[in-house]
Amino acid sequence: MVEVRLIEVREELLAENRQEAGDIRAELRRQGVFMLNLMSSPGSGKTSLILRAVRALKDVFQIAVIEGDIEAMVDAEKMVREGIPAVQIRTGGACHLDAPMIAAALKELDLAALDCIIIENVGNLVCPAEFDTGAARRAVILSVPEGDDKPLKYPLIFSVSDLLVINKTDYLEGSDFDPEALRERVLRLNPGIRILSLSCRTGEGVSEWTRWLADEIEVFRNK
Amino acid sequence: MHELAVTESLLQVVLRHANEGGAGKVVSVSVRIGGLSDLVNEWVQRYFDHLSRGTIAEGAVIRIERIPTTFRCDQCGHVFPADPRTREEIRCPLCSSAEMTLATGRECFVQQIEVVNGFGA
Ligand SMILES: Nc1nc2c(ncn2[C@@H]2O[C@H](COP(=O)(O)OP(=O)(O)OP(=O)(O)O)[C@@H](O)[C@H]2O)c(=O)[nH]1
Ligand SMILES: [Mg+2]
Ligand SMILES: [Zn+2]
Repeated sequence: MVEVRLIEVREELLAENRQEAGDIRAELRRQGVFMLNLMSSPGSGKTSLILRAVRALKDVFQIAVIEGDIEAMVDAEKMVREGIPAVQIRTGGACHLDAPMIAAALKELDLAALDCIIIENVGNLVCPAEFDTGAARRAVILSVPEGDDKPLKYPLIFSVSDLLVINKTDYLEGSDFDPEALRERVLRLNPGIRILSLSCRTGEGVSEWTRWLADEIEVFRNK
Repeated sequence: MHELAVTESLLQVVLRHANEGGAGKVVSVSVRIGGLSDLVNEWVQRYFDHLSRGTIAEGAVIRIERIPTTFRCDQCGHVFPADPRTREEIRCPLCSSAEMTLATGRECFVQQIEVVNGFGA
C-alpha cells in the first residue's frame, strides 16, 4: 500500500530573493546609500528621467546607475558618457532584475563614495513588481501614450510602488488620457503613493521629480 | 516571463520540505497566489515538469489556488472583495466610502505538499 501524506509547508515563494534583498538593504543602510528601483514599460522614459535627475543633482549627490537592459549596452553607455558611474547587468534575456543580480552589481561600485544608486529595471510592468531588489524605494513610470488603463491591467506594480511618475505630459493635449481616472485607479490600490506629472521632453514638472529624489536621499541619510 | 524564476524557487522549497519529511516522492503541490499576481498556471506546471526531471518531485501536479483580491474600507473597516481590474469605481458596500486599502491579493506561497514514502524504505 502506498500511503499519501500531507506535509504543511506554508512558506513564501521567492523567500530566498527576499532574504538577499534584506541583506542588501541592511548593507546599504550601513553605508548610507539610498537605492531607488525604477520600473516601467519599455520606452516610458526611465533613462531620460535618470539623466534629468543626475544632471540636476550632480553637484550635491554622488549618484550611480545599475542598468538592467536586456541585451544592448546603450543605456549604460549613455550614462558613462555623462560621467555617471554605471554597471550594466547582462540579464541574459531575463524579464526582471532580482536581488542576487543587484548584489553582484553592487560589488562593482564604490559604495563608500556614493549617496544614491538608481536601478533602471528591465522594461516590463509585470515581472519586476514581484522581485524585491533591496532598494529603499520603488518608483514606476507611466507615459501618456501607454494609456490611463494600465493600473487596471497591471495592478501589482502600482500597488508596490512609492512613487508614480506620469511622463510625456506633452502628449496630453488632444489625447483621451484621463489623469483623474488614472489617479483614482492608482490610489485605490495604493493610497500612500506619491504621484507626479512631468515631461522629460519640455522639462515641465521635472523639478518636482528631482526634489522628490533629493528629499528621499536626505531623509534616508538622516535616519 | 517570471514564471521560470518563481518555479525554480517553488521546486527548491518543495524539495527541501519533502526531504526533511523523509518523502520518497512528491505527488502534488498546493500553491496559493493572490489575485493581483499575473502568474500563468499552465506555465508554472510546464516549467515545474521540466525543472523537476530526475528529482523526487518529478510528475507532481501543481494546484494553484487564487486568493481573491480584497480591500479594507478606511472609514468603517469592512473587508470586501473587489476586482481592481474593473473600470467602475470601487466603493465600500456597507458605507459607500471610496477610500480603501488593499487587504489581500499579493500573496504567493506554498501551502502544502502531498508525498508518499520511499518504496522499500
Ligand atoms: N515626447 C516625449 N518623449 C519623451 C519623453 N520622455 C522620454 N521621451 C522619449 O521616449 C523615448 C524613450 O525614452 P527612454 O528614456 O529611453 O525610455 P526608457 O524607459 O529608458 O526605455 P528602455 O530602456 O528602452 O525601456 C526616447 O526617444 C525619449 O526621447 C517625454 O516626456 N515626452
Ligand atoms: Mg532605458
Ligand atoms: Zn465602509
